[in-house]
Amino acid sequence: MSAASNAGDAQGEREWPLFEIFIRPRGGLDHKHVGSLHACDPRMAIEHARDLYTRREEGVSIWAVPSASITASNPAEADALFEPARDKIYRHPTFYDIPPEVKTL
Amino acid sequence: MYTQALDVHGDAADPADESERERRFQARVDREDKVEPKDWMPARYRATLIRQISQHAHSEIVGMLPEGNWITRAPSLLRKSILIAKVQDEGGHGAYLYSAAETLGVSRDQLIEQLLSGKAKYSSIFNYPTPTWADVGAIGWLVDGAAIMNQIPLCRCSYGPYARAMVRICREESFHQRQGFDIMMKLCAGTAEQKAMAQGALDRWWWPALMMFGPPDAASTHSTDSQRWKIKRFSNDELRQKFVDFTVPQAKFLGLTVPDPELAWNETLQRHEFGAIDWNEFERVLKGNGPCNRERLEARRRAHDQGRWVREAAMAHAEKQRSRAASCAA
Repeated sequence: MSAASNAGDAQGEREWPLFEIFIRPRGGLDHKHVGSLHACDPRMAIEHARDLYTRREEGVSIWAVPSASITASNPAEADALFEPARDKIYRHPTFYDIPPEVKTL
Repeated sequence: MYTQALDVHGDAADPADESERERRFQARVDREDKVEPKDWMPARYRATLIRQISQHAHSEIVGMLPEGNWITRAPSLLRKSILIAKVQDEGGHGAYLYSAAETLGVSRDQLIEQLLSGKAKYSSIFNYPTPTWADVGAIGWLVDGAAIMNQIPLCRCSYGPYARAMVRICREESFHQRQGFDIMMKLCAGTAEQKAMAQGALDRWWWPALMMFGPPDAASTHSTDSQRWKIKRFSNDELRQKFVDFTVPQAKFLGLTVPDPELAWNETLQRHEFGAIDWNEFERVLKGNGPCNRERLEARRRAHDQGRWVREAAMAHAEKQRSRAASCAA
């Protein structure tokens, strides 16, 4: 076995890659992030996710995504990233005063 | 739960900003905002969480041993199925918690190494033996009951991934406690020998269960920071008192006697008074000299060593499949 890559235990064993797990609780709902797990390949990730996150029928569909494939926004830059939406209150319907006698608007 | 693989790049910290950052962090926590993996956090907050979450994970994994001991000897097929489901849940809880800890920048293998080398602690309750079937009932009723008492406030802990793992765990713990109480009810409604067996288990587990809440507030070293950071919401003594007040009526319902001659209801304070806990025993077990400390760690080390070839073979197989797929595509 090659000595390259991930952190391992004292014997130099390599750690299985990490997957993020998303579950669709039932038809009609989005997949939702539920946690992560280690697996040596995507198929094992799905099987482990079944055992780990759906022991009580919590889902009807599973997505497993290698954690390293996720690009996340930087919380330190969150203010700058989301600021452009902050002063555009006219995007919300409640911004507009509609006279009470006008109906169904 | 995200991972160290998602660590923030850049964002170099100016040491002069440190106290200002810490002040803003505390203000967020005070507002009940949740802290998420990539957010800035004080180094001691991170270290405290890694220690607490990994100890908790280790406890779940070692906790599979005393009960697993009874899977082959459960008195019926249904009890066997229930016990297997419970032990499987404990393994699951360990996995949720290791992955919550990994979001703080440690790897699961590092944490497991700390457990196997004896460097990391786990709940000392699991160093007690389970000599009879009634012990399985008492563990569910008392040990899982005390765990729930400790864990429900953790669902509101300031660290998001830990809080979310705890929500899932608490939902499942409720089954554990009830199946334990159900075992106790059946034994207490049975023959005199069965009832005596239930009493014996209560005698063995009562005091260790009270010790699960940790040292008395006056002697607790980690409490202050943890409470300020909203990792811990109630003191050890508050939770212990609540546990006693909840559990004594349950023992009475079963017709069992709590092994504490000083136990009495205080009408004025509307709570139970109870006898002094033997903290020397607690320290002794914590330091590795309980009835089963060596046996538990040996069992974990053996499982880890004997499973090594499986982990390595699975990895080698996955790599072979990947390289074949790559060469087919080329």
